[in-house]
Amino acid sequence: MPEIRNYTLNFGPQHPAAHGVLRLVLEMDGEVIERADPHIGLLHRATEKLAESKPYLQSVPYMDRLDYMSMMCNEHAYVRAIEKLVGTKVPVRAQYIRTMFDEITRILNHLLWLGTHALDVGAMTMFLYCFREREDLMDCYEAVTGARLHAAYYRPGGVYRDLPDQMPNHEYNEFRSKADIDRMNEVRQGSLLDFISAFTDRFPGKVDEYETLLTDNRIWKQRTVGIGVVSPERAQQLGFTGPMIRGSGFAWDLRKKQTYAAYDQVEFDIPVGQNGDCYDRYLVRIEELRQSNRIVKQCVEWLRANPGPVIAEDHKIAAPSRADVRGDMESLIHHFKLFTEGFCPPAGEVYTAVEAPKGEFGCYVISDGANKPYRLKLRAPGFAHLSAMNEMVEGHMLADVVAIIGTMDIVFGEIDR
Amino acid sequence: MKALRDYVKSLFLLELMKGLGLTGRYLFKKKFTVQYPEEKAPISSRFRGVHALRRYPNGEERCIACKLCEATCPALAITIEAEPRDDGSRRTTRYDIDLFKCIFCGYCQEACPVDAIVETRIYEYSFENRQEAVLTKEKLLAIGDKCEAQLAADISAQADYR
Repeated sequence: MPEIRNYTLNFGPQHPAAHGVLRLVLEMDGEVIERADPHIGLLHRATEKLAESKPYLQSVPYMDRLDYMSMMCNEHAYVRAIEKLVGTKVPVRAQYIRTMFDEITRILNHLLWLGTHALDVGAMTMFLYCFREREDLMDCYEAVTGARLHAAYYRPGGVYRDLPDQMPNHEYNEFRSKADIDRMNEVRQGSLLDFISAFTDRFPGKVDEYETLLTDNRIWKQRTVGIGVVSPERAQQLGFTGPMIRGSGFAWDLRKKQTYAAYDQVEFDIPVGQNGDCYDRYLVRIEELRQSNRIVKQCVEWLRANPGPVIAEDHKIAAPSRADVRGDMESLIHHFKLFTEGFCPPAGEVYTAVEAPKGEFGCYVISDGANKPYRLKLRAPGFAHLSAMNEMVEGHMLADVVAIIGTMDIVFGEIDR
Repeated sequence: MKALRDYVKSLFLLELMKGLGLTGRYLFKKKFTVQYPEEKAPISSRFRGVHALRRYPNGEERCIACKLCEATCPALAITIEAEPRDDGSRRTTRYDIDLFKCIFCGYCQEACPVDAIVETRIYEYSFENRQEAVLTKEKLLAIGDKCEAQLAADISAQADYR
């Protein structure tokens, strides 16, 4: 009788289904996983340490690069920490803009998650359809911030600029007929809010399409139902947040439980799963797409009716307007002071968290009264989720590892930081 | 009854047919794809592409070497050296932007009090060797001269927002 040895399989870091640079060392008994050992650190860029050597304002663009699929939510956690430290009041319009863009970010993130998760499991079309809708939202990002991904839009005390009054249009070219381009430009005639409003009107129909393709599909169900089951108790012990814990049936959402920005002003529901498997987490995220759409819609209505300032008047924290800098000596001094030395919050420590699309993204800042943080600690939801990898894949087949990585919605920017 | 209905549904692959019907309908719809090198996606006036240094209409360069962009650059991508010129005005002798370091956050154009350093709409700026990644003052001014009309239009379009 020959001795039976377990295989050790290296999954990643170059595996296309590893969602970035995850290296999993799998101990296999045949095709069944006995132990999974995630190796992380391949995308470590020392963001936390970098932040210690920069004035507070200059770390904002680095927050985009943490979870690079939910850019503005990360920024939100960081600027909220600074605002709490300094005690700045944020104008209401800025709160609504932040709420709207947090939700647009959530839709962006969940669409990418849905597309790649389905692609990993074997449904190619989803990927194409999800990216079609992502493109519209990317255009919103670009119209507002000037970048499609790394926004650098939120500032301590508000947001950088107000929403634009017009959308860029497709230009006429010889490769497409004029009528065709006019059709593509139809939704781009009004302001950004009109564009977003048109998107929120057609988006629920698109979500229905995704559901037609996946929800009842027998292959999708075979690959996700009963895979990676986590009980609500265990999910709490493991530090799950976001759709991961809601999929297990625990209605925990920071937007409701520790409300921030304008979330107490808008109506939305928290979807909750029952079985805590991949399929339930899929259903939770699909419903979150619809709920986010609902929030965006309410924000658009409010923003249309209520113009106003989008950044705090306190020029010790927030930059004065360009016109003031040109015309007013004091504003010019504030401008120079802000962009060189920055500002010095009082000594102390704060923790703020936002409900990022992946879960609780927290920001812990210790200030010693200088113009840079003494220490910045980021709480990445993906890290807690990935630590449960071993427990979730144990006893499953090799192909299910891919489904479980997908359901965790892993992005290595935030895990390795 | 429900069991029977479910059985029929599953026997005739109803949900798969629905999915096929959906994708099939898209076969006959207008395509969404923008055929990239030939046609390009729309770009907003806030777009943050590769940098440029601007001049005043009389040809004088705008940059006064206040070094605000250098101080505020999160990635430390900008290097400036300056000394007074023969006519006594303060100007840069060296203005380098290292594109390997730059993260295109837009803080330099936000900080610049005279709208000298700006980010253009150019996003196709690949290079073939590493030396070219450093944009020197001459290169930046050349980009600025090339795009001046567009840049001036973009800046005036954004004047109300900043």
